[in-house]
Amino acid sequence: MNETITETTQYLTFKLEDEVYATDIAQVREVLEYSRVTKVPRTPDYMRGVINLRGRVVPVLDLKLRFGMNRTEQTVNTCVIIVEVNMEGETMVIGALADSVQEVIEMDPSVIEPAPKIGTKLNTDFIRGMGKRDEQFIIILDIDKVFSADNLGAVKATMAEPVLE
Amino acid sequence: MMDRNQQAFIEEARDLLSGLEDSLLEIEHDPLNSELVGKIFRAMHTIKGASSMFGFDAIASFTHDIETAFDAVREGVVAVTPQLVSMTLASRDHISALLSSAESEVEPDLELTSAGDELLKRFRELVPQTPPGKTDTGSPHDVKQMMPETNQRAALYRIHFKPPENILLRGLDPMNLIQELAAMGEERHVVHSEETSPDESRADLCHSVYDVLLSTSHPLESLQDVFIFVEEDSELRIEKLADASACDKDVWQRLIEAMQASKGVPTSVLISMIKEAHQIHQRVRNESSTYGGAGGQHPDLKSAQSIKVPSERLDKLVNLVGELVTVQARLTQAAVNLSDPSLTQIAEEVEALISELRDNAMSIRMVPIGTTFGRFKRLVRDLSAELGKEIQLVTEGEDTELDKTVIERLGDPLVHMIRNSIDHGIELPAQREQVGKARAGTIRLSASHSGTSVKISISDDGAGFDTEAIRLKAVMQGMIDPDATPTEQELLSIVFAPGFSTAKEVTSVSGRGVGMDVVHRSIEELGGQIEVSNSPGKGATITLKLPLTLAIIEGLLVKVGSELFVLPLASIKECVELPALEQRRGKGGQLINVRGEIIPYVRLRDFFGITGETSTYEYVVITEIDGRRCGFAVDAVLGEHQIVIKSLGLMYKDVEGISGATVLGDGTVALIIDIPPLIAVAVRERERLVRFETIAGDDSRNKRN
Repeated sequence: MNETITETTQYLTFKLEDEVYATDIAQVREVLEYSRVTKVPRTPDYMRGVINLRGRVVPVLDLKLRFGMNRTEQTVNTCVIIVEVNMEGETMVIGALADSVQEVIEMDPSVIEPAPKIGTKLNTDFIRGMGKRDEQFIIILDIDKVFSADNLGAVKATMAEPVLE
Repeated sequence: MMDRNQQAFIEEARDLLSGLEDSLLEIEHDPLNSELVGKIFRAMHTIKGASSMFGFDAIASFTHDIETAFDAVREGVVAVTPQLVSMTLASRDHISALLSSAESEVEPDLELTSAGDELLKRFRELVPQTPPGKTDTGSPHDVKQMMPETNQRAALYRIHFKPPENILLRGLDPMNLIQELAAMGEERHVVHSEETSPDESRADLCHSVYDVLLSTSHPLESLQDVFIFVEEDSELRIEKLADASACDKDVWQRLIEAMQASKGVPTSVLISMIKEAHQIHQRVRNESSTYGGAGGQHPDLKSAQSIKVPSERLDKLVNLVGELVTVQARLTQAAVNLSDPSLTQIAEEVEALISELRDNAMSIRMVPIGTTFGRFKRLVRDLSAELGKEIQLVTEGEDTELDKTVIERLGDPLVHMIRNSIDHGIELPAQREQVGKARAGTIRLSASHSGTSVKISISDDGAGFDTEAIRLKAVMQGMIDPDATPTEQELLSIVFAPGFSTAKEVTSVSGRGVGMDVVHRSIEELGGQIEVSNSPGKGATITLKLPLTLAIIEGLLVKVGSELFVLPLASIKECVELPALEQRRGKGGQLINVRGEIIPYVRLRDFFGITGETSTYEYVVITEIDGRRCGFAVDAVLGEHQIVIKSLGLMYKDVEGISGATVLGDGTVALIIDIPPLIAVAVRERERLVRFETIAGDDSRNKRN
C-alpha cells in the first residue's frame, strides 16, 4: 500500500498463528465468540460460510486460509471479528476468523512503515503498513483489499463447471 | 362513487394546499415578495379552475373570492398583512374541509358553510372594492358590513315577512312587495293568516304572514331594499337556504308543501330537506354511472387518503418485520422447549399478531401492475408503426397488485415478450387479410391473482410458434438429437434456452425467439414460472406465474448431513421415500420411479459435497418447474416453515443454486435452494455420464402418463 498513514489511529490487534495483525478500529463493529458457521456449498475453503448476527446473515472468512496458512481450528480463543468493508461502493458486514483477539492500541504514524516488498508470506496488497510495539512487529491490514471482490473472484470459477462443448 | 379524475383532483388539490400553506407561512415573514404572492394566486387559481372542472362547485366558488383577493394583492391594491395571511390560512383549512366532505360525498354541513361565508365576508371587508373589470357581473353594489351575503351566484332564499297591521292603511299592498321580489327571479309564496278572533278582524288591517321562496342571483341586500319602507315595524327574516342549483322543481314543490303545512316551519328543516333531496339525487346519479357494483360502499371508507412514502422506508419496514418474524420463531421455539403454558400462550399471541403485521406490511408494498402496463401502450404504438403493422394492445387486470420489487423487475421481461409478439407474432396487415383475419392484430396483456401467485399472460392473435422450425434450428445448433421426438412443450421451452436465440441468421426461419432467454432468466430469478401455449396460425400465449412477494416465502425445511436447506414450497409436488436399492446406487444414474413416472433426481449430499452423519433412510422431494419434474434426495424432511429470505450478500452473489439464506427459530442459518439453476448445474455436470436427452426423454414419457 503506497498510501502513507499520517494520523494517529487506534487499531485492534489480533493473532493469526504467532504473528500479530492489526486493523483500523473504525472498521471494526464488534468481536464475537466463534459459533456455528453454516457452510455455503461449493465455495472456496477460506469462505467458511455464514453466521446469524442478530437475524442478519453475515459471511465469515478464514483469514489464515486466505493468507495461505492452515485452516483456523476452533479453540476457546477463536473469535469472529465483525468488520465493515467497502466493496464495489457498498458497505458490507463481514466476519473474519482470528485465532485470538489481543487489544486496542494507539499507534503514532511515525512508528508505522510502509509494507516491505519482500519478506512476508502475505500478498503485499493486503498490507497497509508495518507497525512496531515492544519489539514486536504488527502487520496492519488493509481490510478492504483483503475482502475485495476481485480477490474473491475464485468463487465463480469453482462453481461454474466447464460446459461440454 | 367518485371517478378516478375526481380522486386525482382531490389528491392534487391537497398537494397544492400544502404548498400553499408553506408559501403563506413564508410570506408572513416576507410580505413584499411578489414571487410568493404570485405562487399563492396561482395555487388558488388552479384549485378554482380544476374544482369547477370536476364539478366541485362549492370549492370553486369559495376559492374564487380568495383568488380575487390575491389578485388585488398582486396589483398592489391590498397589502399583505398578518391578518390577511391568517385569513388565507383559515381559508386553506376551509378548502381542505370542503375537499374532505367532497371526498366522502356529503354536502358540507351548515356549520361549514357558514364558516366559509364568514371567511368570505371578512375577505370582502379586507378587500372592499373589487378592482374594476374584475367583477363577474357588472352590477354595482355597496357592501353593507352587517349583511353577510353578497354572493353573485344564484341562491335560494326564504323570506318570512309579516307586515305591520296597518300596512294597508299606509297605502302599501304587501302583494306589491312580493311581486317586486318575484321580478328578481323565480318566486313562490305561501300566505298564512294570523289567527284572530272574528270580531277583531277588520278589512283594513292586515293579518297575513308571507312565506316566500325566491331563487335569485341578486345579492341579499337587494332583497332587503324591497322592504326598506316597512322594515321598521314589520317582521322580516331573509335566510339563504342553498345554492339555487341544488334545488330542482321537485324540491321546490316539497318545500312549498312543507311551508303550507305549517306556518312556522323552521328554516333548518327546509335546509335539511334540500340536503336530503340533493343526496338522494346524487346517489341515484352515482349508481347509474357505476353500473351497480360499488353502490353499497359507505362514504367513510372512501375518505381514506393516500400518502406518499419513500419506498426505502417501506423496505426498511418490511425488513424489520422480517426480523420480527425470525425472533418470533425463536420465541415460539423457546416456549416449546420450556413447556411453560403461560409463556406458550404469549408466544402464540405474539405469533398471531406478527403474522397479521407481516401481511399488513407486505400489503403496503403492493402496487397495481397497471403502472407497468401503461408504458407498453407507447411501445406497441411506436413499434407497430415502425414495422408497418396494425396492432392494438388490450390490457386487463391493471388493478392486480404485486410486490413493488417484483413489478420493478418485471418490466424488462415484459418488454421483451411484447416486442417479440409485435416483431414475430403478429403478421403484416396484408398477410392477415389473406388468411382471413382482421387487419389489425391484438396483443392482450392481462394479470390476475391465482392463490399466492399472480398470473400475467401475453397473448397475440398472430401466427403462433412454428414448432417444426424450432426443431430444425435446435437440431442445427446441436441442442437436440435429430432422431429425438420432443413434445411440443419441450420444443417451446427451447425458445427460452440461452444460446438458442443468439444465432441470428436462423431467427428469420424460426420466426420467434429473440431475447427470450432474458425473459426466462428474469422470471426464474423472481421465482416464477413460464408456460407457453401455442396454436399455429392462430396465435400464442405466454403465461408468467409469479410469487406475490420476494421477501417471505413458504418453504420446506430439509436436512442433509448436519446441514439444513429450504426448498420453496411453491414448486414442491410431493415427498417420497428413496428405495434402499436406489440409495445404494449412489452417484450412478439417479432416477426414481414414482407410481410409474421416471423422475430424475439430484442427491444433495453428493451435489453439495456434504460429508458425515448419514441416515438410514433417504427421501426425495419432487419438484415441478415449467412442467418438468425433478427430485432432490435429502436425509430428512423437517416440515413447512415461513421463510424470511435474507441475501447472502455480494460475497456469495455468484453462487449458483442458492438464492439466499434464512435464520431459523433456534438461530441457525439454513440456505435456500434455487431450484432451476441448481438443476442446470447438476445437468451440466452430469453430461459426462448421462446425456441431456435422457432427462428430456424421461420427461416426455412422464408427460404421456
